[in-house]
Amino acid sequence: MKPIPVRSGARAPGRGLTKIVDRSFAILVSVVGLGFLAFIALFIYILYDAAKPSIAQFGIAFLWGQTWNPSPVSGPVVLGVLPFIIGTLLTSAIALLIAIPLSLGIAIFLTEQAPIFLRSPFGFTIELLAAVPSVIYGLWGIFVLVPFMRLYTEPVLAHVGGPLFSGPVRGTDILTAGVILAIMIIPTISAISREALGSVPQSQREAALSLGATRWEATRISVLSYARTGLFGAVILGLGRAVGETMAVTMTIGNSNHIPMSLFDQGQTIASLIANEFTEATSPLELSALIEAGLVLLVITILINIFARFLIWRVVRSTGEVNE
Amino acid sequence: MKFDRDLRRKIKDHVVTILAFLCVVVAIIPLASILYTSIVRGAQVLSIGFLTGAEPTEGCTVHPGVTCSYGGIGPAIEGTFVLIGMSALIAIPIGILIGIYISEYGGSRLGRIVSFSTEVMAGVPSIVIGVFVYSIFLLYDKSIIFSATTGSIALAIVMLPIVARTSEQALRQVPQSLREASLALGIPKHRTTLRVVLTAGRAALVTGAVLAVMRAGGETAPLLFTAFGNFRGFTGFNQPVEALPLVIFSWGTGPYGNEIADAWGAALVLILIMLSISIAARLVLRQRFGPTANAVITTLPK
Repeated sequence: MKPIPVRSGARAPGRGLTKIVDRSFAILVSVVGLGFLAFIALFIYILYDAAKPSIAQFGIAFLWGQTWNPSPVSGPVVLGVLPFIIGTLLTSAIALLIAIPLSLGIAIFLTEQAPIFLRSPFGFTIELLAAVPSVIYGLWGIFVLVPFMRLYTEPVLAHVGGPLFSGPVRGTDILTAGVILAIMIIPTISAISREALGSVPQSQREAALSLGATRWEATRISVLSYARTGLFGAVILGLGRAVGETMAVTMTIGNSNHIPMSLFDQGQTIASLIANEFTEATSPLELSALIEAGLVLLVITILINIFARFLIWRVVRSTGEVNE
Repeated sequence: MKFDRDLRRKIKDHVVTILAFLCVVVAIIPLASILYTSIVRGAQVLSIGFLTGAEPTEGCTVHPGVTCSYGGIGPAIEGTFVLIGMSALIAIPIGILIGIYISEYGGSRLGRIVSFSTEVMAGVPSIVIGVFVYSIFLLYDKSIIFSATTGSIALAIVMLPIVARTSEQALRQVPQSLREASLALGIPKHRTTLRVVLTAGRAALVTGAVLAVMRAGGETAPLLFTAFGNFRGFTGFNQPVEALPLVIFSWGTGPYGNEIADAWGAALVLILIMLSISIAARLVLRQRFGPTANAVITTLPK
C-alpha cells in the first residue's frame, strides 16, 4: 500500500473551527445515511397516496379480482390483479424450475469439480449474463427464443399434452417468458450459491474424503447439506429478481389480461401489466389502480428480499460458525 | 462384489462432473446466441452515420427492390448520455455518503440497519421506481412528468443502492490500522475519512460508480413513463428525452423492417458500451478483492 500523504500542521481535534467542521460532517453523513431509511418510507407512502382512489374504489378485493376492465364501453369498470398475480407466479415458478438445477450444477462445478484454472474464466462468462440489459434479452426473445419455442420446444411439449401444455402453440406465452426469466436469474442464483459453497470449511470436505468418499459423495454429504441455508437464500433472491423483471417478460409473454389456462396461453405479470398499460391508461382510476399494482409488487419484492438477505447474511456473516 | 460397487461409485462421480459441466455449457449458450445475433444483425446497419444520424422518419417493410431509410440513433445516444450524466451527479455523491455512514459513522446497530436496507432496495424492481417517480410528479407537479428531469431521478434511484453498497464494501476493505494511524496523528475524523479512508478505497469506489452507471445505462422500465422518449433527442430538462433502451424497445416490438434492423444496431452499440465497461470494472474488482467481490456485483438486480 502506498503511503498516504498527510498534510503537515494538521491540528488536533477539539480546537475551535476544526471541531465544528468535524461535528457538521458527522451530522451531514448521518442525515444522509439515516435519510435513506426515511426515503424508503417515503417511497411506500407516495405509492400508497397515489393509489388511494383505487384502494377506496376496489378495496382489498383488488388482489383477487379476476377481471381487468378499465373501459366503461365493455361493461362495468372493474379492476383486479389476480390474472397478473397468477401470471407472475407461473412465470417465476417456471424460471425457478429451470434455473435452480442449472445454477446448482454451475456452482458445484465451479467450486468443487473444475480445475482451478478453469473456475475463474467460466465464472466470469456466467456473470456476463447479468451484464446484458433486460431490453436486449427481450429483443433476443422476440427474434430468437420465441421462434425456437414455437417451432421446436412447444410442439414436443404439446405432444406430451396434459392441461399445462394445451392450446395453440404461439411462442409468445407464459412458458417462453418463464424460460427467458430462467436465463436471467441463473447468474444471480449461481453466484450466491458459489459463495455459499465457498464458505463451507475445507475440513468438511476433507473429513468425507478421508473416509473414502468420492468427490461427488463428499459434495453431496458434507458440502451441500452444510450450505443449504445459503443455497436456499440464493434461490429466494433469484425469485425476487424473477418477480420484478419487466422488459424481457413484456416483450415475450403475449400481453393478455386474462387468467392463463395453460402454459401456452398468453398472459401478463404485474410488472408487464404496468409497462404495457401505464402510458395508455384511460382514466385517473385506472392509473391509480396501476400504481396500486406497483405498490403490491413493491411489497412482495421487499418481503422476498428481506427473507433472502436474512438467509444469506446468516451464512456469509457467520462463516466458520456452525449454524443450527 | 466390492470391486463392482467401487467402480459404480467412481462412474457416478464422473457422470455428475460431466452433468455439472453441461450446466455451465447450457447457461453459456444463450449468452453466445445473444452476442452472435446482435453482432450479425447489428453490423448490418452499423456505421458512423448510424451513430450520429437522426431517427428513421417512417417505418418501412424491408423487401427486395424496396429501399428503406434506416436513419440513426444520434438522438438516443445523446439522451442516454444526458440521463446517465444527470443521474450519476445525483446518485454518486449521495451513495458514497451513505457508504461512509454505514462503514465509518453508523456504529454497529444503525449501520447494519441502513446497510440491510440498501441491500433490500437494490432488489426493488426498476419498473416500480418508475411508478414511484411518476407518482411524485403526479401528486405535486404534473407539468414535467415526462421529462429528462424525471428520467434522471428514476435512474438515480436505480443507481443509489448500488453505489451505497459498493462504497460500503470499498471502505470496509480499508485496513483499520490506517484509520488509527491517522487519528493518532491528531487528524480529525472527517479529514481521516475524506483524505485517508476514501483515498485508500478510491479504486473500488470508482469501480462501484462505474458499475452503477452501467446498470442505469441499460435500464428501460423506469424510463417508460418518465423520460418517455423524444425522437429529437435532448431538447431541455423539462422535455421528454430519448434513450438507447427506449428505442430498442419501441422499434424492436414494432412491425417495420427498417426499425427492427435499427433496434439490433442500437442493441449492439449498447452491448459494446456495457460489456467493455463491465469487463474493465470486473477485472479491476477481482484484482483488488479476489473472486467473491464479483458476487456482490452479479447479484445486483437487473
